[in-house]
Amino acid sequence: MASEEQSRASSPTTELVVESASEATPLDEGALLLRIYRLAVLTRAVDERLWIFSRQGLAGFVLTPRGHEVAQIASALTLRVGHDSAWPYYRDMAVGLTLGVTPYELFLGALGRADDPHSGGRQLSMHLSSPRLRIATVSSEIAAHLPQAVGAAYAARVLGQDSVAVCWFGDGATSEGVTHEAMNLAGIHRLPVVFICENNGLAISVPLALQMPIASVAARAAAYGMPGTSVDGTDALAVYRACQAAMARARRGEGPSLVELRVPRITPHSSQDDDSYRSEAERAAAAAADPLPRLRRELLARGGWSEEADERLVAETRAAVAAAADRALAQPPPPPERARRWLFAGDPPHPYLAQLERAGRAEGDRHG
Amino acid sequence: MVEHIAQPPAAPAEAGAVLTLVEAVRAALWEEMARDPRVIVLGQDVGRKGGVFKATQGLLAEYGPWRVLDTPISEAAIAGAAIGAAMMGLRPVAEFQFADYIHPAYDQIVNHAATIRWRSVGGWGVPVVFRAPFGAGVRGGVYHSQSVEALYCHIPGLKVVVPATPRDAKGLLKSAIRDDDPVLFFEHKWSYRRYREPVGGPDELIPIGQARLDRPGRDLSIITYGVGVHHARQAADALAAEGLLVEILDLRTLAPLDHEAIARTVRKTSKVLILHEANKTMGIGAEIAAFIAEELFLDLDGPIVRVAAADCHLPYNAAEEDAIIPNPDRVYQAALRLARF
Repeated sequence: MASEEQSRASSPTTELVVESASEATPLDEGALLLRIYRLAVLTRAVDERLWIFSRQGLAGFVLTPRGHEVAQIASALTLRVGHDSAWPYYRDMAVGLTLGVTPYELFLGALGRADDPHSGGRQLSMHLSSPRLRIATVSSEIAAHLPQAVGAAYAARVLGQDSVAVCWFGDGATSEGVTHEAMNLAGIHRLPVVFICENNGLAISVPLALQMPIASVAARAAAYGMPGTSVDGTDALAVYRACQAAMARARRGEGPSLVELRVPRITPHSSQDDDSYRSEAERAAAAAADPLPRLRRELLARGGWSEEADERLVAETRAAVAAAADRALAQPPPPPERARRWLFAGDPPHPYLAQLERAGRAEGDRHG
Repeated sequence: MVEHIAQPPAAPAEAGAVLTLVEAVRAALWEEMARDPRVIVLGQDVGRKGGVFKATQGLLAEYGPWRVLDTPISEAAIAGAAIGAAMMGLRPVAEFQFADYIHPAYDQIVNHAATIRWRSVGGWGVPVVFRAPFGAGVRGGVYHSQSVEALYCHIPGLKVVVPATPRDAKGLLKSAIRDDDPVLFFEHKWSYRRYREPVGGPDELIPIGQARLDRPGRDLSIITYGVGVHHARQAADALAAEGLLVEILDLRTLAPLDHEAIARTVRKTSKVLILHEANKTMGIGAEIAAFIAEELFLDLDGPIVRVAAADCHLPYNAAEEDAIIPNPDRVYQAALRLARF
């Protein structure tokens, strides 16, 4: 993986954009780290439960972000929920949980239940969608959402909104032609897009060296007239700062950014993958780079967090996740006669999605 | 090669204005952009040049560069950006310079525009119009002549519209822009400037999904669309001299098909000729023939006949192109045989 120095050295315009002091909001690092950690513990609890569902034959396909959690959470915390549009990919469970998707909703999806508000059980697990949270519907296709995110940013410009489009994708996505088309278009018009590459060094089994001839995804930003920065995706504060800087730049109207977050992939690609192409040593190295123990150690070292509090958090989170899983398991699958509904406009709304949207609007009214 | 004729900028068309098909397209865009600030136009050369066929001429000056976007040569990004912008509230009209070059965007249209509402259980919608000039007979060669409409009729979630006349082009494009779902809008370039007729005013919407009885008849029905309507008219005129009254049904919309209109004409004449310029195999004609065979078998008084392209790529030279695509004489001969069956 590329160091920050390497990626900066590749081009004079590829450099970390640091938020100017006047714009920087004072950051309570301890509170931020704890917030990230709570979400990471929640993500891990859902993650573990999903793999159990997979082994029990209850979820046909499971794909989780183990190793990516901190990168996803710290980046997603820089969005204004429901205002900036989120364009995640299928590994971004923690992006969803950070923006307000609940474990219950994720389980409904993984189990293919009727109430799944993302896709009504039509898509594989972790294919998020929430109009209320402005999370675009995720597809299984690599990189196809990049030009769509650019279009969302374009719409914000036309409509005079200061909304930013934030687009997450893996290192594998950077080899798709449409990635070039999307970044090029965003660069030309200085559109408010933040491209976030979760680089775990593997496109299923294909290592980075067989995906690209350079060491850093971030270096590619130079070709599109945007800053590129590469940071350790297990370093919560570094991720948050890099994404904050990119968001601030987009909001100032200065254009898109590319943020590369270097992360480990601790699990196989998915429940359908055996990970046999990695050596024991490689798998062990990925596990050793797990961001959760690192974040826990950091919190304990800073004070204000204790082993007892940590145990309580993990136990309570697991219990809440287990309850959500049981609740989802009790839900029925979709009625077969519903299969062709929502091909076109004009069908009655999905009941549970409509309920969430109404509740979201009511909450927005209270806050707004 | 394809004609690139400069035209004066279009003003909004008044009801009854006599326009060509390409002028009708431009008038529809103009009016819808004036009516709804969410409507934008994007594509290659749509701004400064006004489109290679001048379908967007004058729009940049009138509506500005944010609503009339000259894009790089990036078809997948044109389609993808249109989809994302539509999800966020705009009503984009994406132009592909030729239908032959829509293929790089096929993925965005088929895997995304078509699926997004269904896969999000109605949460997100994609009100985009994907416009493209298409069709042969202009000596454009294999990359300026293709008829690609059947590819999209196979995909659930898409609407496919092919106007044959200026009035339909205007009214159908306005309906497409106001539609909440993705619409493929194919304009036959051979008929862009060959015919003029009075068009409807700003409020005339022609509904998607309704065929138009182009000419009532008695002895046999020609079911067709696009340039086929013009070929059918010529053939029908010649057949009238033989004492045969030919009914012409202009489908106008290929997805969804107007099954009721097809059934009406089949029941009336009992003899059906299906005409299209696209390749014959697995084409629109095959679907219509299957529908008639399944639902209207006892109404038939002769075999269903298809006149279509000869399953080949389209060459630049006239001799080979004319050998491949249908023309009025071929329609006449086939119809005569069917009438005498």
